[in-house]
Amino acid sequence: MGENQKIPKILVFSTEKISDPAIDLAGLLKKHYPPTVYVVNVPCSSSVKPKWILHAFKKGFDGVFIAADGSDCQYSETCTFNTGEIVRKTHDLMKKKGIEPSRLKMAAICSVCSDPFVKQMKSFIEALI
Amino acid sequence: MRCRIGVYVCMCGSNISDYVDVEKVREIAAENPCVVLAKTTMFACSDSTQKEIIEDIKVNELNAIVIASCSPKLHLFTFRNVAERAGLNPYNYVQVNIREQCSWAHSDNPKFATLKAIQLVKAGIDKAKNSVSLEPIMIKAEHSALVIGAGITGMKAALALANTGTKVTLIEKEHYVGGRIAQWNRLFPHNDPAEKLVKTLYEEIIINDNIYLYTGAELISKSGSVGNFIVKIKIKPRYFKSGYLIEQCIEKAIESCPVEFDDPFNYGLTKIKAIQQNHIGQFPYYPVIDMSKCTKCGICTDICADIDLEQKEEELELNIGAILIATGAESYQPPSGEFGYGVIPGVITLQMFRRLIDLNGEKLIYNHKQIKRIAYIYCVGSRQYDGENQYCSRYCCTAAVHTSLIVKEKFPEIVNIHLTRGVRTYGKQEILYNKSNLQKDIYLQFDDTPPEISEENGMINIKVVDILTVKKTIELDIDLVVLVTSMVPRKNKELENILKLPIGRDKFYNEVHPKLKPVETMIDGVFIGGNCQAPMNISESVKSSLSAVSKMNALIGKGEIQLEPSLATIDKSICVWCDECTKICPSDAIIKTEYNGKPVAEINEANCKGCGMCLPVCPTNAIQLIGYSDVEIESMIDALASYSPEFTI
Repeated sequence: MGENQKIPKILVFSTEKISDPAIDLAGLLKKHYPPTVYVVNVPCSSSVKPKWILHAFKKGFDGVFIAADGSDCQYSETCTFNTGEIVRKTHDLMKKKGIEPSRLKMAAICSVCSDPFVKQMKSFIEALI
Repeated sequence: MRCRIGVYVCMCGSNISDYVDVEKVREIAAENPCVVLAKTTMFACSDSTQKEIIEDIKVNELNAIVIASCSPKLHLFTFRNVAERAGLNPYNYVQVNIREQCSWAHSDNPKFATLKAIQLVKAGIDKAKNSVSLEPIMIKAEHSALVIGAGITGMKAALALANTGTKVTLIEKEHYVGGRIAQWNRLFPHNDPAEKLVKTLYEEIIINDNIYLYTGAELISKSGSVGNFIVKIKIKPRYFKSGYLIEQCIEKAIESCPVEFDDPFNYGLTKIKAIQQNHIGQFPYYPVIDMSKCTKCGICTDICADIDLEQKEEELELNIGAILIATGAESYQPPSGEFGYGVIPGVITLQMFRRLIDLNGEKLIYNHKQIKRIAYIYCVGSRQYDGENQYCSRYCCTAAVHTSLIVKEKFPEIVNIHLTRGVRTYGKQEILYNKSNLQKDIYLQFDDTPPEISEENGMINIKVVDILTVKKTIELDIDLVVLVTSMVPRKNKELENILKLPIGRDKFYNEVHPKLKPVETMIDGVFIGGNCQAPMNISESVKSSLSAVSKMNALIGKGEIQLEPSLATIDKSICVWCDECTKICPSDAIIKTEYNGKPVAEINEANCKGCGMCLPVCPTNAIQLIGYSDVEIESMIDALASYSPEFTI
């Protein structure tokens, strides 16, 4: 990494009941992750519109991460599948626009998964550099 | 758009200001043309700051506020309340998390933490600009409750609800109330007779004008939603007409009934007829005919004119505000061969052993043999290494220890040998464990090597590796092996399908959150209490049922229910009714309607949970979620994406 190299920016879609507590916990325990990670919260990871993701890339985000509710989702057992479908659909749209699909990632982050969250953020930033 | 915004940047003592240059954040926020005032504050949540914010809102006629402080989990409602007290709509308040997700997370890098805080606050201001004034949705609530299951949990809940003025319908599938506790007879910690406990509750219930008790009754359908469920109940007849004349003939009728089978109440230790009277501890004191066994031979009808074998089932439809599930649990039934169960005659479960103690007089006899040495094997069906039941059933250690005290008191020559995996007689129950030690019960402890059981000449031999004596293998000759079996979820597929009850990892009914919403389920208005949720002893079951009652009363007691307004909305002019949203909606909240002569989707507000699953599947982007609309989310993304030249390595 040279001097004055731009650090990649990541937008995280996180859910209020499941992954937000994990991200808060990471802060509480002072488990550091890159400060270019920004969190926008939504009620459920299956509610993220592909157009929001594309909007983030258009505006200059280098990566988008969906913190999926997975099997902890309080709304539906099909949440993992639904979020997966959003990622699949968005990957197709990204390819059409010439955006590398690896710049959109999802992983289940449970309400106490602060370590996995920090690990995911660090490795995602590394991959985007 | 809102353009009179107040911004407060909290120092949180020094939790934020040690790492974030709050003054810098304030300065940049103040540059925004829509920000009327921007302040830093030592503690935004303190009383004095709350008063100051209220004053600021009034004096400056602010139409939105942003507070950059801790996680919304802590103070969202505190500050919504502040807004409301100042006459501002609470949904025009935005909380920005610059503590957990900024100052603490990036305490290693104060410069970057400040830059991040600046952008988070910018995004918060943009969200506030686009925020809409919302009113919580109010729906009418029936001040009535359905309690399913009249065991100790359900009975206690029904009484407590009735005393708050709620009309309660208490239904019990069996023909008698009291659940399983009558089978235990004497209850720890004070050895109270179960009969006394059930009788007290039953008598209070039947004189309470607010409670309608139906035995032999099951829920068969449910529609509607929180505040107004429409439930149908099926009530089985007892096959007796009036009841006043029964006493003179019932004994003779039972005697003459030719149908005899193993009595499940006594686990087959005794027989029962198709015409049955209640056991001790069961109520009402009133007979019933088990129609699944009755052959309709008609002998009893000649003896008792009150018997009517042609009575029909009845159905009842009710409007109910909230539902409590108190269906209890079952005891683990060991598969044949587990510790010799079902193969060696002297191996029985703890539940059956309790009946055996009650049914025996001076001597403890089982299988024609006098019992002197008893081995209790703990954790059968609990904490399984290979099986599904990985949980601890909590009540069984104490139940076994208590049983060893009862059996020794009644038959003093008995020797109790406990083969445990560590005794969990937590809290006051430890006193029972001490008593059992004082009466010279023997405790051995095994770990992942289960005891081996074999039988020779009517004597049972147990080999156990005792980890308390340097893993020495100890051999015991035993008359009776009592398997201390766990509590398992009751099989109740029909009820689960009707109510769509969420089931947890242990297969018990699942609460929303073990600490924050411990008796609420994902279905609004449906609560759980007692052993249907997890293994609990009686005292714990009653506590959980009463906490459900207080939540139910808070929900329906006012006659109307307030719902969070973050609901999906459909722009009917662009909806093409493709059906994708109805397919994905987990809450049955989307209905088909008509708009300008074309079929379109509409949201049923009482059912919508605001999860937003319908948003991404709509091909015409006709659905917006209030509070998470495209304009709100995209304006936040814009603010966060704006490039800061300082973000370089």
